[in-house]
Amino acid sequence: MRAPVAELPITFDKAQVAVGKIIILDDISLKISSGAPTVLIGPNGAGKTTLLRVAMGLVRVTQGHVTWGGRDDVAPTRRAIMFQRPVMLRRSTAGNIRYALKTAGAPRSNWERQMAGLLELVGLTGLERRPARRLSGGEQQRLALARALARDPAVLFLDEPTASLDPAATKAIEDIIANVAARGVKVVMSTHDLGQARRIAGEIVLLHRGRMIESGAADTFFANPKTEEARKFIAGQLLV
Amino acid sequence: MDTDVSALHLVLSADPALVAIVRLSLEVSLSAVVLAAVIGVPLGAVIALTRFYGREAAIVALNALMGLPPVVAGLAVFLALSHSGPLGKWGLLFTPGAMIIAQTILVTPIIAALSRQTIEDLWAEYRDEFAAMNVGALGRVATLIWDARFSLVTALLAGFGRAAAEVGAIIIVGGNIDGFTRTMTTAIALETSKGNLPLAIGLGMVLIAIVIVINALAWSARRAGERLAG
Repeated sequence: MRAPVAELPITFDKAQVAVGKIIILDDISLKISSGAPTVLIGPNGAGKTTLLRVAMGLVRVTQGHVTWGGRDDVAPTRRAIMFQRPVMLRRSTAGNIRYALKTAGAPRSNWERQMAGLLELVGLTGLERRPARRLSGGEQQRLALARALARDPAVLFLDEPTASLDPAATKAIEDIIANVAARGVKVVMSTHDLGQARRIAGEIVLLHRGRMIESGAADTFFANPKTEEARKFIAGQLLV
Repeated sequence: MDTDVSALHLVLSADPALVAIVRLSLEVSLSAVVLAAVIGVPLGAVIALTRFYGREAAIVALNALMGLPPVVAGLAVFLALSHSGPLGKWGLLFTPGAMIIAQTILVTPIIAALSRQTIEDLWAEYRDEFAAMNVGALGRVATLIWDARFSLVTALLAGFGRAAAEVGAIIIVGGNIDGFTRTMTTAIALETSKGNLPLAIGLGMVLIAIVIVINALAWSARRAGERLAG
């Protein structure tokens, strides 16, 4: 297991994100600590993506505070994020990973070795020379995951990593996530898929309309939801 | 018919006068495109990636300058390089150097405007990934130019087309001096007015052939690049 790093815990203290008069996240108080994956669930527009971006340091809160390991000025060198629709650079598969290694500051002499390890981890060995934009959707997701892991992150944020993938591709991604989490990387991800949340989550955060409705250990959340919204969501009813 | 045969003979026999004119034309136009690319691509990238007061006006001005009349550009360069002009001491008027300057002025806005659009479109795609990978400003510019290089070829081709076909500016600043500043386009204009149609037609054939070959090469390079890089 990885030694505790300065990135954790990520603490939200009454955090709000607003764009003009529109409040996207409101009054979020949450602590994300090391351990099993934290999974954000909730309907569309709940604020899951924004919360991930705030935790990554890409979006600033307009009220409240967010800290990483108790500090609010930690450079995001040990954080990585994979977006819901990752963009492939106009390069080969290998070129995409080399670029990520370069921007992460990895020594050039290690690039080929690290790249081989990453490609093996995500099951893309043999596709090094293929243009990244010609990979299938599932392969592109896995390449994006490899690119994020090239940063050797302590915390990995995944925004709907299996949206629009078929079951086989979804399983491939989930296996990689389990592997990465087992190596001590803190995974924080969002999903619409309750089944996936049950399979992966150690901790659940339920968001609705920009507010945190409930959070806690996944087993407890699914067995004994405390709120009406959580009960409805678990039962598959629509939260509107 | 005799005129066409004579023109073809001049081309196929590599007539020395014709070859000299073609060589000078290529030197001037390609030099202007290279200089315009060195100025225009980074300029387009900076305008694409930065937000500053007057940016919209700068984009409109850049787009408008794509249609800059060659004779106006030629007149401006003539005034600047003339004996009493601010750059008169350079002694460039009626030299190939003056022609390169004039064509660079004509081509730079085309390359800059097209580069700006290309890079801005790619920037919209890459923005989140750059932020996620913590890429600095210079790294972003370099990456965008590199990744857009095959699309930017189109901008360079447009610039070359403008330079190769241009006659108004270079005839003003070059003077169309035989053996020194006479290019294909100025020679065609002159020889046609003199009634020497074989040379004019022969140069026209060569000019069209050069434009087709360069476009074909650039197209091939772009397709090969897309196959390799996606």
